[in-house]
Amino acid sequence: MAIKKFMYLNRKASYGTAYAIESLEVVLIAAAFDQDVSLAFIDDGVYQIVEGQNTDGIGMKNFSKTFHALGDYDINKLYVSAESLEERGLTADDLMPLVYEDEDDDWEEKPSVKIVSNAELTKIMSDQDVCLSF
Amino acid sequence: MKFSIQINEGPYQHQASDSAYQFAKAAIAAGHEIFRVFFYHDGVNNASRFTMPPQDDRNVVNQWAELDIKNADGEPELVVCIAAALRRGMLDESEAKKNGIEGNNIHPAFRISGLGQLIEAGIQSDRLVVFGD
Repeated sequence: MAIKKFMYLNRKASYGTAYAIESLEVVLIAAAFDQDVSLAFIDDGVYQIVEGQNTDGIGMKNFSKTFHALGDYDINKLYVSAESLEERGLTADDLMPLVYEDEDDDWEEKPSVKIVSNAELTKIMSDQDVCLSF
Repeated sequence: MKFSIQINEGPYQHQASDSAYQFAKAAIAAGHEIFRVFFYHDGVNNASRFTMPPQDDRNVVNQWAELDIKNADGEPELVVCIAAALRRGMLDESEAKKNGIEGNNIHPAFRISGLGQLIEAGIQSDRLVVFGD
């Protein structure tokens, strides 16, 4: 069976609704299926990978650290909408430094996060076989 | 064409399940195949056999059950995510027993399974259509 391109489209903040954590659960399961997986963060979804999240005050599990594990599952294409960041007063420096080890380049550590314009993201999305939207 | 459907919202509060049902019905009528319907997030609530809407309203759960979507082995292909279901109090007979709880609420036209079934649906189908917010 040919490998398909799966994109997980994250549009909601980490807390407030269950979309973000339940999206991440699918992504981690998907890693076992050897498909070509990428993630996109748009709208409030960009908050999911903001550095320094603290859930002490809301009684919820802080799952943001799980994003650091994605690299180990060969999930290293994380696209972030530049417009969505800018609309929220965020920059690349506000995001978690998510990395993966490139097996084709002597396991060099490389960044997984790529900030792209919405126009670029549109192109990447149209190139996918399956887009799961959360 | 072979379709799979993902439903992310519960019944009555949100139209996602109704729209997905209309889509599935139209697709089947047009000669297409529905490979699987996967209920995720609050969508798991679409599988409660205790759903009792007023008489003049549609029964969202029974509508799905009547579509009778099954695979070649006769198993239902209305699939409820186990993790999402359990944390929302949706249990089938086996999960209720396993957790020492009396009673169960998953309609027999549905079955409980893992998230891998969603990924598999994406791989096996020509199109995976997501209904939700």
